Amino acid sequence: MPNSDQPEHISSSYEGELRRLRDMIARMGGLAERQVAESTEALVRHDTDLAGEVIQRDAAIDALEREIEAYCIRLLALRAPVAGDLRLIVAAMKVAHDLERIGDYARNAAKRTLVVAQQPQVGSLNGFQRMARLVLENLKNAIDALVEDDAERAEEVWGADEPVDDIYNGIFREMLTHMMEDPRNITAATHLLFIAKNLERIGDHATNIAETVHFAVSGDTLPEDRPKSDTASYAVVRPPG
Amino acid sequence: MSGTMAHEQAVGPAGGIPGGVPGGIPAGGGLQARSGAALREARISVRNLDFYYGDHKALKSINLDLPDRQVTGLIGPSGCGKSTLLRILNRMYSLYPGQRAVGEVMLEGRNILDDGMDLNALRARVGMVFQKPTPFPMTIHENIAFGIRLHEKLSRTDMEQRIEWALSRAALWGEVKDRLHTSALGLSGGQQQRLCIARTIAVRPEVILLDEPTSALDPISTLKIEQLIDELKQDFTLAIVTHNMQQAARCADQVAFFYLGELVEVAPAAQLFTKPQKKQTQEYITGRFG
Repeated sequence: MPNSDQPEHISSSYEGELRRLRDMIARMGGLAERQVAESTEALVRHDTDLAGEVIQRDAAIDALEREIEAYCIRLLALRAPVAGDLRLIVAAMKVAHDLERIGDYARNAAKRTLVVAQQPQVGSLNGFQRMARLVLENLKNAIDALVEDDAERAEEVWGADEPVDDIYNGIFREMLTHMMEDPRNITAATHLLFIAKNLERIGDHATNIAETVHFAVSGDTLPEDRPKSDTASYAVVRPPG
Repeated sequence: MSGTMAHEQAVGPAGGIPGGVPGGIPAGGGLQARSGAALREARISVRNLDFYYGDHKALKSINLDLPDRQVTGLIGPSGCGKSTLLRILNRMYSLYPGQRAVGEVMLEGRNILDDGMDLNALRARVGMVFQKPTPFPMTIHENIAFGIRLHEKLSRTDMEQRIEWALSRAALWGEVKDRLHTSALGLSGGQQQRLCIARTIAVRPEVILLDEPTSALDPISTLKIEQLIDELKQDFTLAIVTHNMQQAARCADQVAFFYLGELVEVAPAAQLFTKPQKKQTQEYITGRFG
């Protein structure tokens, strides 16, 4: 349940600074979402122009991370925050770092898209779209949970990463099959595997954000063992013959 | 003096060495205790305590332990009852007609609220330091000796040793040893406050109560007092009333938040300042109090 019924800080400038911090995180979250969405769109549509834009735009995310970090350090030094305020500021720094990583994965996917677009099509890209949709939903919910002080929503995100892992496992098996069928698929399939892995990692960072948000709002940490079903790490390839 | 045996135990080895080295206790022990160690057994236990100024009930059913040789910080808005509680712990209120306390304040198995309590002996066991430094208009030496003479008969040598020990423990010896026989009023505010702390520990109490001890001091003098508090808790149990939240966070092992005469929440300092359990506490310490 959102818990934003908290009264305002007596110091209105401090209140304004905390609000600005939330806004910065929301802006960075929005930017990261756009990067993930457009990198996937570029892949599916073989749109190298769009991929190029995604690659260019990553610098803006990096700059926002530095801005948020500097702002948090300033608040820690000047306001000596405690309790919920302290948790929010520490969480903002961690979330900004996760978002920066998410931005890096999106940029890397876009770079690989430039190569994949030059190669013959390998299988269907539906799985990538579905995976991106799930990951984006989790990411959006995690950021909204922080902006709205909603611990329950954060916990839902934290438990919702399994379908992402399942799709990733499916793509992994599919790409192996394509590679075994025809070595000419290897270049594209390898890049696609990395793109799928990037999306899977983005999903993990979204759950990291959810964990951080849950702590910031409630003061409690979620348990160590998050529900996971990424089994590709144990996969074994048996060549034909 | 009653409870002398227990008192000797409480003071421990450092208390038995007159002329102990000032500032000779490593800060590490204090930090470690504050960072994680559990709270110790209670030296003072307050149970179901009510307090009245005439008809006005200023404290309502307070239950609080002051852990042995640790610092308890008392915070809350003006008029919440935190200073009142401090004034109960050494029966200061008994000086004023119309003020009364009901309930139990147990110190070494005795309820200090009992009528038969020897108040002079109690105040030697439970010392107090006030907001404004209150040196007597006499020499530095006499400021310390005066209190000791009220409670003990010491030989000249023992007295000199005790005075040096008290001033050293209060981290003042180095600054005043060459001017012991000059007026205490010539000291700076921070030095005067450390002199008052020296005067308090000179009678070797078990508990030291500090009522906003640094609110009249500059930041450096404040840090010196806080450092002193950290060292004193090796030997003494301390309670400090402060309006400075950061000071409570820096000094206290446990912090108690009072509001309108009630104890809202008490918790180890690190917990209270990162994850307070009560909404009122969260709002007060983050500055959202209505």
